[in-house]
Amino acid sequence: MSGVRVLVGTRKGAFVLTSDGTRKQWDIHGPFFGGWELYHVKGSPADPNRLYASQSSSWFGQIIQRSDDGGKTWKIPGGEKVPEPYDPPGGMSNNFVYDSSPETGKPLTTHQWYDGTQHPWEFKRVWHLEPSFTDPDTVYAGVEDAALFRSTNGGRSWHEVPGLREAKGHLWQPGAGGMCLHTILLDPDKPERIFVAISAAGTFRTDDAGKTWQPVNRGLKSPYELPDPTAEVGHCVHCIAKHPSRPNVLFMQKHWDVMRSDDAGESWHEISGDLPSDFGFPIAVHAHEPETIYVVPIKSDSEHYPPEGKLRVYRSRTGGNQWEALTKGLPQQDCYVNILRDAMAVDSLDPCGIYVGTTGGQVYASADSGESWMPIVRDLPPVLSVEVQALP
Amino acid sequence: MNTIRVILPAHLRTLARIDGEVKLEIEGAATPHAVLNALETRYPMLRGTIRDHVTRQRRPFIRFFACGQDLSHEPPDTPLPDAITTGEEPFLIVGAMAGG
Repeated sequence: MSGVRVLVGTRKGAFVLTSDGTRKQWDIHGPFFGGWELYHVKGSPADPNRLYASQSSSWFGQIIQRSDDGGKTWKIPGGEKVPEPYDPPGGMSNNFVYDSSPETGKPLTTHQWYDGTQHPWEFKRVWHLEPSFTDPDTVYAGVEDAALFRSTNGGRSWHEVPGLREAKGHLWQPGAGGMCLHTILLDPDKPERIFVAISAAGTFRTDDAGKTWQPVNRGLKSPYELPDPTAEVGHCVHCIAKHPSRPNVLFMQKHWDVMRSDDAGESWHEISGDLPSDFGFPIAVHAHEPETIYVVPIKSDSEHYPPEGKLRVYRSRTGGNQWEALTKGLPQQDCYVNILRDAMAVDSLDPCGIYVGTTGGQVYASADSGESWMPIVRDLPPVLSVEVQALP
Repeated sequence: MNTIRVILPAHLRTLARIDGEVKLEIEGAATPHAVLNALETRYPMLRGTIRDHVTRQRRPFIRFFACGQDLSHEPPDTPLPDAITTGEEPFLIVGAMAGG
């Protein structure tokens, strides 16, 4: 590996952090799109220089940005120039329209609103972009209000993936952060299988490339959030993760509880074990050890900061239940930042690198699987997302 | 044919890679709707940032000012003031104030 590129989305722009394989010295590039919220920036596994970014603003709405040179320059796909007469229409890369076409048999439905009434789907922003493993021009977008979109032309235009909202969508409801589809897990060996996670609806799986979906939430318990604690949908799943070599093993950070499934989500069991708090947002799996997982415990759903003012990443090398605090190099007093759901990532170098971004604007990195940490940048705007690419 | 001067918020100028104000040629009646159509044709990257792609409704935190008047709540086919159509005054697209 010749280097590492960390892609950071913040409340006020995107940053690209680069280092060589030692991951000791870092160069900071940016801000890109200064003043805009960058919910997510992610690179294509099929072409590391192809990056996608979700740029949004309460004033001006959603923008999709794309880079074809590893983040040096960016463009709005299809928005670069006035289309010639025979060009496809331009300026459609931010046109996310829910599928209500008769062809897919999907008249526009409604979801549950805060007061229990039904409310129509309204697009607000893209939370997460997930490029295909094999095609740089194919990318999925998880959006608020929750739905899954796909582009097959490098982000120029988007179409909703039909069927997902049929999976009891009328019972989905917004959490405090909105009703968002925030996690998309593709399977490198089985492209027809996709997992998504939605707050507050739960986890869903398709085995036919998105035509049909089923809720996979059995075993989740939400006694403080749902009238029926074991309801099929409605759970506030914060993040799910899996290792590429274990397609049926999923790990979940729920609102409360850290969970595990060994059967592709058909059933879940709790693995919070000896964590100081089982509330949190992100969860990640070690790149080379499929039973080694990472979480960042947060005190509670109203106190969004680490217990005791100590920022501790917790690691389990047993697939859950037994956890160890990783603290070396992380602030161990007076620390009251949060780590959001898309703000933890692992690289594929050996030893595996772990990265976490905080709402205080720090990005901490560990080049030794979490044993020791250092801030690679410490004064950014609040960090919304962190992704990492190991560069050939 | 009218030449309309349009001033955009800084973030949209950056997005469209524009320095200063925009001059748009408008055929027929100069209205906010016609101005936005011409703007989005010349700068397709601005589609969806000022008004909705489908409904064409103004985004909630966007305002249209002209000649000291707030035209945001006027019907989009309302003719613009003469001072706008002659180019004497610019048509302002404004991001609403926020902060504290």
